[in-house]
Amino acid sequence: MPDSLVIKNLNASIGDRAILKDFSLTVPKGEVHAIMGPNGTGKSTLAKVLAGHPDYSVQSGEAFIDGEQIIGQEPDAIARAGLFLAFQYPSEIPGVTIANFIRAALVARQAKGAPFDAKAYYAELYAKMDTLKMDRKFTSRFVNEGFSGGEKKRCEILQLMMLKPKYAVLDETDSGLDIDALRIVSEGVNRLRGPDMGFLVITHYQRLLEYIVPDRVHIMYDGRIVHSGDKDLAIELEAKGYDWVKKDLASA
Amino acid sequence: MSTLTSMTSGILDATLQQNETKRFASYDWFTQLRQQGWKNFESLPLPKRDDEKWRFSDTRSLSLADFNIATAPSEADTDKLIAQSHFITRPAGLIIHIDGHCVLRPAIAPELAAQGVKFESLEDALRHHPALLKEFLLKHEANLGGAKFLALHQAWLRAGYVLHVPKGVEIKQPFVSVNWTLTEGAAIFPHALVVAGDHAKVSIQEFNLSALPQLRALAISAADLHAGTGAQISRFSVQAWGKNTQSFEIANTCGGRDALITSVNAALGSRRARLENTVRIEGPGADVRLYGISVATGEQEFDQRTLQIHSAGKAKSDLLFKNVLLNKARTIFSGLIKVAPDAQQTDAYQTNRNLLLSPEAEADSLPGLEIEANDVKCSHGATTGQVNPEELFYLLARGIPMAVAQELLAEGFLEEVLSKVDNEEAAAVVREMFRLKFHTA
Repeated sequence: MPDSLVIKNLNASIGDRAILKDFSLTVPKGEVHAIMGPNGTGKSTLAKVLAGHPDYSVQSGEAFIDGEQIIGQEPDAIARAGLFLAFQYPSEIPGVTIANFIRAALVARQAKGAPFDAKAYYAELYAKMDTLKMDRKFTSRFVNEGFSGGEKKRCEILQLMMLKPKYAVLDETDSGLDIDALRIVSEGVNRLRGPDMGFLVITHYQRLLEYIVPDRVHIMYDGRIVHSGDKDLAIELEAKGYDWVKKDLASA
Repeated sequence: MSTLTSMTSGILDATLQQNETKRFASYDWFTQLRQQGWKNFESLPLPKRDDEKWRFSDTRSLSLADFNIATAPSEADTDKLIAQSHFITRPAGLIIHIDGHCVLRPAIAPELAAQGVKFESLEDALRHHPALLKEFLLKHEANLGGAKFLALHQAWLRAGYVLHVPKGVEIKQPFVSVNWTLTEGAAIFPHALVVAGDHAKVSIQEFNLSALPQLRALAISAADLHAGTGAQISRFSVQAWGKNTQSFEIANTCGGRDALITSVNAALGSRRARLENTVRIEGPGADVRLYGISVATGEQEFDQRTLQIHSAGKAKSDLLFKNVLLNKARTIFSGLIKVAPDAQQTDAYQTNRNLLLSPEAEADSLPGLEIEANDVKCSHGATTGQVNPEELFYLLARGIPMAVAQELLAEGFLEEVLSKVDNEEAAAVVREMFRLKFHTA
C-alpha cells in the first residue's frame, strides 16, 4: 500500500528471546494510531526494530514506508526514508550541541554538496522552540545532557518538527512528563498532524491519548496486536485494566 | 622558499653550532648556556626501547640526522605566511617566526608598555631584559625522558618569545605566538618564556604550523611558565606541524601561592609528536589545570608524558588528556602525580580517555601516583574504548550517516577539553582543524 506505514508478519527477537510474533499493522498517512499494552509485551521492541536497532534481529516479515522496504536497511537510511523514532529514553550526547545535531540530520537529507541555509535554519529552529516553550539557549546545550525528563521529550518533539518525517513512532513519550510538559508535547504533535504525516503512538497509559486523540487504538499483547478499535477502546482499557487484555483478548 | 645552509651535517655539526653561538658573544651567560646545552647533548644517548620513560614509544625511528638550520625566509614567503597568521582578532600582541626566524616583532599597545608589560622575541629580550632571562630561562631539567632533546634545544636556542606581565597587571586580550616551518628538512628550537608577576593575569595562544602539509621538519620546543602569587596564566598551544615532522615539546610550569594556571595542548600534526609537561606546585592554594586533546590519524604517534609535582599543600592539580584515534594511529599517555611529604591537603587528579575509531589504532595509558603525604585526595583513571553504541544509534536514527555520526561523537568527546580554552576564537580555529582532519583521515 502506498501512502502507509505497513508492517507485515514481523517476527523479531533479541538474543534467543522472540518478542515480535507475526506482528502486522497498517498506519495510513494522515492518521494517528495508538498502541497500548502491558509492560514487556514488545511495544518498545517494535519501535526499535522499525528504526533498525542492531541489537534486534528480524527472522521474517516486512515493513514498508509508502511502499519502500525498510527491514534490512541501516538505521540512518530508514530515518532518511521517512521514519522518525521519538525515544523513550533519549541518549545524552556529550559535546554535541542541539543546533549542530539537528543541522547534521538536515544536511544528511540534502543532496551531497548542496549549500545549507543556516539563516533559514536558525529562524525555523527558534520558531519551533518557541512553540515548544523551549529557551533559545538550548540550541547551544549538549543534546539531552543534564536535561530533565520533560526537556528530553520536548527535545525529541523539536527534532520531529524539524525533520518532518513521513511517519513518527512515539515510544512512551508520556513517560516522565508532568502534566504541563505533557500538554506542550502533545500540542507539538497535534500541530504536526495532517495529511502528510502518520503517527504510531506507543503508550502504557490512556492519559496521553486525552491530548493526542487517536484515530485508531490497538492493543498489543505478547508480540502482536490482539484487538483494535477507535479512541473509545483506550477508555475501555483504562477502565477494565490490563488483566482484561491478558484474560479475555489474548485468548480470543 | 628559503634555502638550507650548505653545511651537510646541519644541527649535529659542532662547528656550525659554535659559529652560531659566537653571534651571542656579548652575552657570556647565554653563550655558556648554549655551550652547556651542546655538551649535554653530546654526552646523552638517544632514548632506547628499554628506557622506562620511553615505554611504548617508537624509539627506533627517532633520528636527528639530516636536519638543518634554515636561512631566513624570502620576503614573498614572509608576507604570505604573516597574512595566514591572524587567528585571533585584536590580540594584545602577535609574534611570528618562520623556520626559527622572527619575521614579525610584536607591537604592544602603549598603555601595556607603560604598565611594564614586555612581549619580545627571545633575541630582543636577550638584549633588553637579560636579568629576567637569567632568572627564569631553562631553570629545570627535563625529567620525563627528553633531556637529550632539551639539550639540543638549549644548544641552538635563539627563536621564541618572552612575555612578562608585571605584578598586578591583568590583560584580557591574548598574546599570540605563531611558529611556521617552511623549508624541507628545517630544524627549529622555539622557546616560550612566560612570567606572570604576583596577581597578574595573562592569556597566551600558540599556533605551530607548517607552510606545506607534508613538510619534513624537526621542532624541539620548550616552554617555561612561571606564575607568581595569585597570578593567572592561561595557555593554549596548538601543534599542527606538517605530516612528516618530528616534534618534541618540553614544558615546565611553576605555580606560586594561589596561582591559577590552565594549560591546554591540542595535537594534530607531526608524524610523531612528544609532549613532556611538568607542573610544579610551589605555593599553597595553587590550582593548575593541565589538559590535552588530539586526533591521531594515519600512522601518527602522539606521546604524552606528564608530571604533577605537589611541593606545597592545600593546592590542586587537575589533568585531563583525551585522544581520538583513527587508522593505525598510536597514542601514549604516561602521567605521574607526586605529592611531597608535607604537601598535605593536596587535591590531584589525572584522567586519560581514549576513543578508538579504528580496530588498528592503539592507545596505551600509564597512570601513576607517588604520594608521601597522608592527608590528600588523589585519583587517576584511564579508559580506552569505542563510541557508545546507544549514542551512535541515536544519531543514526536521525538519518545521520555512520561516518558523520562517528565524527560528531568524536568532536563531542573533544569538546570537554576545547570548552576549557579561554579564547573562543582559538577554540573555533582548532575545532575546524579537527573537522578538516577527520575529513582527510
